[in-house]
Amino acid sequence: MSPRSGDERMWTARLRNKAVAGFPPERLLPDRQPAYVASWIYVFGVATLAALVVVLVTGAVLAIEGPQWWHVSTAGRFVNSLHLWSVELFFFTMVIHLWGKFLMAAWRGRRAMTWVTGAIAFLGSIGTAFTGYAIQSNFDSQWITTQAKDGLNSVGIGAFFNVLDYGQMLLFHVILLPFVLGLLVVWHVLLVRRHGVVPPFADIEPSKEADTSTAEPTTPLAAEEPATEEPAAEPAPTEVMT
Amino acid sequence: MTGPTKYLSGVVPMDPPGTFLHWGVIQISVANLIVIVLMIAVFVAALVLPFPGRKK
Repeated sequence: MSPRSGDERMWTARLRNKAVAGFPPERLLPDRQPAYVASWIYVFGVATLAALVVVLVTGAVLAIEGPQWWHVSTAGRFVNSLHLWSVELFFFTMVIHLWGKFLMAAWRGRRAMTWVTGAIAFLGSIGTAFTGYAIQSNFDSQWITTQAKDGLNSVGIGAFFNVLDYGQMLLFHVILLPFVLGLLVVWHVLLVRRHGVVPPFADIEPSKEADTSTAEPTTPLAAEEPATEEPAAEPAPTEVMT
Repeated sequence: MTGPTKYLSGVVPMDPPGTFLHWGVIQISVANLIVIVLMIAVFVAALVLPFPGRKK
């Protein structure tokens, strides 16, 4: 999708060209994966995303209906429980994803920013979950916030927000933190799509560790191109089919 | 306690306070310990179980 002559003067054309060069459609929505992805350990990233979708949908329903509904009605308590247990599943799968990626050294092959955005999203998720516990509007949230304010004050960050301020915690939980977390997750996923899924150590010769484009698929499940030294380079035509 | 919670409470006691384990300065609830053990078990299973459709 190259611009016609003169279009480069327009910021929209420049932005479009940059976006298409960095994230070509076949990379954004691939129909093939590298052979090494045929392992359960690669499932936990997308499982985390699936849990996050349930968290967001149930959270939206809770926001629409309000505390009276989720405390008293049967349907409200059910959705409230769905919200809680999808968060539990979100953290469960996210931590296993983190363990797997840490032990794979998933920052290899110019994937440092993918690792960093994932790590910050993990920390942001803890804050988002904490503010969720703080706004349950029950004795549990009262206990949690009164204990937490002492801990937060003791480390010197209690001056920036007040966990006993219900309105502030509510806005943190339903607007601010989900927005920041959403941006981080989208950025993280785009980086995974751009650089490819990190290959296992066995698929890389030590001398070529920085350039993982030579990783060969080992099973016929394959074939998105793994990351190259230049991320926006053409895909390596080495792959097999699904 | 109403609905499904009533039946679940027959299997898992939900009213008493949680049980905590202590090792020196380390303190953890049994519930959290079970979740951590489950996570480790799932992690190990993900490494060793064959993935459907993968050919040797």
